[in-house]
Amino acid sequence: MLTAPVLNYTLLSPILIVLGGALITVLVEAFVGKVHRAAIQLTITLGSLFLSLIQLWGIRDKFSTTAAVGSVVIDKAGIFLQATIVILSLIAVLLIADQDNFVSKASAVPGSTEESEAIQTGVQQTEIFPLFLFAVAGMMLFPVASDLITLFVALEVFSLPLYLLSGLSRRRRLLSQEAALKYFLLGAYSSAFFLFGAAFLYGYSGTVSISGIASAISNNAGNDVFMLLGIVFISVGLLFKISAVPFHSWTPDVYQGAPTPITGFMAACTKVAAFGAILRIFYVGLSGVYTEWRPIITVIAIITMIFGSVVAIAQRDIKRMLAYSSIAHAGFLLSGLLALSKDGLAASLFYLFAYGVATVAAFGIISLIRDSAGEVTDLNHWVGLGKRSPLIAGSFAFLLLSFAGIPLTSGFVGKFAIFTAAYATGNIGLVVVGVLSSAIAAFFYIRVIIMMFFTDPQQDSLSVVIPTIKSRVAISSALLISVLLGLAPSLLLNTATTFANFIK
Amino acid sequence: MNLLTIIGALPLLACVVIALLPKGNNELIKRVAFTATLIIAIASVFLATGFDKTQSGFQYVQSNKWISAFNINFALGIDGISLVLILLSTLLVPIVVLATWNESDGGRWGSKVFYILILILETMMIGVFAATDLFLFYVFFEAMLIPVYFLIGGFGSGEKSAAAVKFLLYSLFGGLLMLASIIGLYVIAGNQIGATFDLTQLATLKIDSRTENILFLGFFIAFAIKAPLVPFHTWLPDAAKSATPGTSVLLLGVLDKVGTYGMIRFCIALFPDASKTFTPLIITLAVISILYGAFMAIGQRDIKGLIAFTSISHFGFITMGIFAMTTQGMSGATLYMVNHGFSTAALFLIAGWMITRRKSSTISDFGGLQRVTPVMAWTFFIAGMSSLALPGLSSFVSEFLVLVGTYTRYPVAAIIGTLGIVLAALYILIPIQKALHGPTTPGNESLTDLTLREKIAIAPVIAIIIVMGFYPKPVLDLINPTAEKVVTTAGFTDPAAKVGK
Repeated sequence: MLTAPVLNYTLLSPILIVLGGALITVLVEAFVGKVHRAAIQLTITLGSLFLSLIQLWGIRDKFSTTAAVGSVVIDKAGIFLQATIVILSLIAVLLIADQDNFVSKASAVPGSTEESEAIQTGVQQTEIFPLFLFAVAGMMLFPVASDLITLFVALEVFSLPLYLLSGLSRRRRLLSQEAALKYFLLGAYSSAFFLFGAAFLYGYSGTVSISGIASAISNNAGNDVFMLLGIVFISVGLLFKISAVPFHSWTPDVYQGAPTPITGFMAACTKVAAFGAILRIFYVGLSGVYTEWRPIITVIAIITMIFGSVVAIAQRDIKRMLAYSSIAHAGFLLSGLLALSKDGLAASLFYLFAYGVATVAAFGIISLIRDSAGEVTDLNHWVGLGKRSPLIAGSFAFLLLSFAGIPLTSGFVGKFAIFTAAYATGNIGLVVVGVLSSAIAAFFYIRVIIMMFFTDPQQDSLSVVIPTIKSRVAISSALLISVLLGLAPSLLLNTATTFANFIK
Repeated sequence: MNLLTIIGALPLLACVVIALLPKGNNELIKRVAFTATLIIAIASVFLATGFDKTQSGFQYVQSNKWISAFNINFALGIDGISLVLILLSTLLVPIVVLATWNESDGGRWGSKVFYILILILETMMIGVFAATDLFLFYVFFEAMLIPVYFLIGGFGSGEKSAAAVKFLLYSLFGGLLMLASIIGLYVIAGNQIGATFDLTQLATLKIDSRTENILFLGFFIAFAIKAPLVPFHTWLPDAAKSATPGTSVLLLGVLDKVGTYGMIRFCIALFPDASKTFTPLIITLAVISILYGAFMAIGQRDIKGLIAFTSISHFGFITMGIFAMTTQGMSGATLYMVNHGFSTAALFLIAGWMITRRKSSTISDFGGLQRVTPVMAWTFFIAGMSSLALPGLSSFVSEFLVLVGTYTRYPVAAIIGTLGIVLAALYILIPIQKALHGPTTPGNESLTDLTLREKIAIAPVIAIIIVMGFYPKPVLDLINPTAEKVVTTAGFTDPAAKVGK
């Protein structure tokens, strides 16, 4: 006989609200007329994200391993990560709501008459909102999933919408579609690796639950070869999502091809979700065999930091440059994982939040810089931006300094916290490499500042569009958070420390 | 809020005021900037009069929680050494503002931005000398680079953006090495006495010698880049040539002193044993700097490049005095920092005026200035004489103290260092002869002499150079107790008698 599973709806409500919102937006898509659709979709999206955030605040002190029959674990760190994702999504959705970044009819062949007709009649592809909400729900589930099957489901739930969203750019559509296809193929490949690894770990421990694997490891039960293969394959799947070298090759293409607001969303939130899951799996599940995986992850962290920083120097496209910079940041974040301590976890939580906010703001600003053919991402055209619009260029420079980790920015505090944790657990080599690659990275961030401020503008049609209210709210609130976190990091750092807690 | 914090915050307040002023009214902006910096200078004189000379500990102490997760405090306090350096900074800023009244007009962004950057820089300069929390020091140390970067890149001349980037990357690189050391020190403190960044507590740590040497190097390289010491000096001539004269004054006069100040405050105080280990190497580098800087200065055709290389030579003297680990050496080095600040300021400002008038910075383009512009020529002459440490002018006292202090411990280094004085005579007298004396070269006949504003700006600098040459006692009184304390807490005793006052 089948017994109905007991679900703790209060604890699951943040995820369920977003999923519910996603379903409603699908219905809206089907039944509401074109005229009001976009506004209604945006309202529902914002509403469900807000509700979800309020729910998260309500359950902030709760713990449970049985919220969904043992496949979801609700704990402090999980709630922090979920809240980070929701807050970043709230900012990102305001950028996404500016529809002129998206294709008006995705099914129309690029360059066809059908496409130009669609643009003329002002058709909008409002399916973006349900896709976005499904992605957010999947991301929220990912860091709290406590067995490998749920992890895999969450991975797919947030990946599939992202593959689609990447292909919806209004301009340079072929590039965008190419990026989507690349992302999908490589993503499917890495998912397969993940699933394969999950199978090996099941074979090793006889269970798919992360805590079950942990106890199998501590009892030394099972065949170690299966365990090692499992760890390696699962890591491949996860490292792909955070774009660690050598699983990074999709990152620059997808960052460049995807519509800029989606790139911002993806860069910030995927990183939070995937790192959340990585942190949980390694801290909770695999900490017993620390010595086995530490050398591999250390090497990956080191090459990721160096590769990201060095290759970024050669980039001429701002989105590609930020893609490589995000690769370097993934390396820094892996140092926090390697610390495997409470401080390391707290530092990673802070870093993810601070980096996410700055990233969303940066891509928001990039979407404002345009000429007649759409967004201008070629850095050579950014020359003299500081003269044309000092405020935008100044804000972007601030964000770049934050990525570079100059003191009085949130990026610096994050780096300091992560390196301190890494040093304290004896990973001194990592700290030295991290510091040196920060010095390399500073070069290309500063080069952009030189282009914007110290070079005279060329005579071309580059213009900075006046942001809509939505973009303005999104960018300025993200900037404000960044500034605050730089000047008074205690606001978040103390919270991150109290929330740095996984339960088994 | 004590006086020190108020003085540190005043420039920021002035920034806000300037930001609110109407954009086109440059004259008003300049006046407000000058008044503000003058008030700050006067306030800092009160800071000095309220300072208890007999004590060697930190005064005007203040500490507020900043980032509690890492036990980082907004902790300020000054002892004799930091007091004189703060005085140097706050006195130089209004002089620079007055002396380079029109410097900001040709810049990329106009006067408003220029003075806001200068004022932010002033806060950072005060902060960096006043911080008693290592993390806070680091924040000021690094954040200071940003306004200077924009001052060079936005208002300089020639290859300015390349020079600005070179400056920034060198400094950032050094700073990041120091950051690694700071993290190491913090973690060690966490294991021994609980996590802290407080300087006095950090000095009590027991670190094994291998770790101590590595951590020391992280700090030392950062400061050697800043100071700059050969072989980390290559950014300085470019930066000094490209920056406006006013920025160069602040760069060489104050910012580079952060390097030598850091050697005293951090390298020696936190890692006395490692300092001892590396002293022979550092003294050697210092002597090389003295000679190399002097030889390069002799070969310079560009007047700004000349001053930059003389500074490298002078920084060699300062570093030698610091690492001689004697009280005379330490006092002399600190006094040298102050004197070098003023004499370089005089040289750079007058050179700046010469360059704007002649529209050229090549030394051989000048000639016979003594006849055409007597006041400008005389002030340049006095500044030059101070730079070569003529007895009766300020630098002589400090150079003498440094050499005596070094001789008692490292006689050979002191003797080779003395060669630097001979070379100084060459690198100063040759350009003086070329530029000031001889027949008036074509193109110079109609140069105008200093205006009243310029005379008022340069007068206090010349006065300080002369007064400090005859009567350095008030400043030495401030420095000596702290210098003695630094040397004795590092575990050294003087091989010879104390400083004669």
